Amino acid sequence: MNVTIVDYNSGNISSVINSFKEVAKDKVNIEVTSDLNKIKSSDKVVLPGQGSFKSCVHALKKIDGLVDTLHEFAINNKKPLLGICVGLQMFADVGFEETETKGLAWISGKVSRIDNQNGKYKLPHIGWNQINIVKDSKIFKDIENYSHMYFVHSYEFVPEDKSVISATTDYSSNIVCSVEKENIFGTQFHPEKSDKIGLKIIDNFLNI
Amino acid sequence: MLKSRIIPCLDVKNGRVVKGINFVDLKDAGDPVEQAKIYSDGGADEICFLDITASNENRDTIYDVVEKTSKKCFVPLTVGGGVRSVEDINKLLNCGADKVSINTAAVQNPEVVVESSKKFGSQCIVVAIDAKKSGDKWETFTHGGRNNTGIDAIEFAKKMEDSGAGELLVTSMDRDGTQVGYDIELMSKISSIVNIPVIASGGVGNLDHLVDGIKLGNASAVLAASIFHYGKHSVKEAKEYLDSKGIPVRI
Repeated sequence: MNVTIVDYNSGNISSVINSFKEVAKDKVNIEVTSDLNKIKSSDKVVLPGQGSFKSCVHALKKIDGLVDTLHEFAINNKKPLLGICVGLQMFADVGFEETETKGLAWISGKVSRIDNQNGKYKLPHIGWNQINIVKDSKIFKDIENYSHMYFVHSYEFVPEDKSVISATTDYSSNIVCSVEKENIFGTQFHPEKSDKIGLKIIDNFLNI
Repeated sequence: MLKSRIIPCLDVKNGRVVKGINFVDLKDAGDPVEQAKIYSDGGADEICFLDITASNENRDTIYDVVEKTSKKCFVPLTVGGGVRSVEDINKLLNCGADKVSINTAAVQNPEVVVESSKKFGSQCIVVAIDAKKSGDKWETFTHGGRNNTGIDAIEFAKKMEDSGAGELLVTSMDRDGTQVGYDIELMSKISSIVNIPVIASGGVGNLDHLVDGIKLGNASAVLAASIFHYGKHSVKEAKEYLDSKGIPVRI
């Protein structure tokens, strides 16, 4: 099996690479590339993302044909894709970080700043928080409800269709922290930094 | 609910772990990669490496340490010490650091914070503030605590938040290495003035100090070195103690 981690200059992806390689061992071939042909021939794709919504969308668009290739992979061919952090957020129609920016529009919704209730809650939301699993998701196989995951973000994805939500986390409000829509998966938290339980989520994705 | 974090810090010099008492009198005590792995297996919420003599010595050893550690530890790794430029930050992130802490460069050239937080995201930019009490205020020190800039530490903290820092690592120079507890007044003042998380550092001698840092100092995370490193307490013991005091932790 070939899994591609999309390298589109979205900031630091070494931890994503290290964690996938740790889980994959010799069973799965992990490629790190933005090469369109390699993405097309992959069995699965991981879309990481750090920094702002705007900078990630711009970085994706900067690589000729990448957005179309990802669209063909995930929407037309319905092959498994996992978005992490801003990688998940980009599934939305629109994001409001820095300025209003169009997303990939794969899952209808918007990405807006977490309501910190006039400074009552610190932002970014950094650290370990528990996830509340609200629907069965393939990536949560053998993951106990209320497991701790590592978060670091100031913006949240608010999907229109609530049925895509697979887990939420409780901070200043109930924040969407995982989605599943057919073959498209996303986590707001960082499985690559969430210790053994995070590696289990990566393992689950590789085993879909 | 978001949990309070416990962050063991390893002071690293020439690729080896040391812990200074008031930044001098160093003792050599182990391999950083192995130590970090012990901490992460023991439930540490993050790991912090501080390259203490990086400002004046060859610092290529730290890149090797970070690279090896990030392949074995799957909790966030923060690296600081001698970080001067956006290029230094880029290099550490590429080696596998998740966050980089900036001290001297943030004071001398705040543009580094502005530029790097734009380029890599605020989530990986930690500004380390070394503060020492002077009268009724605190002054900001640089160069591993050797230079007094005279800059008001509280004002500087606010300025760093505005510049794009994602977190502040606040060390009391008066308390560091003394084991008498955090400077609670300093922590709570900074925590109340900024909206980003504050990591308390400097002075931990027992587990009650960790409790105080969170309950009284309003820190989001507590950093400690000696109490963990010399085996006085394990991270697990610390978490169980915090839990018994009603502080939510990841267990």
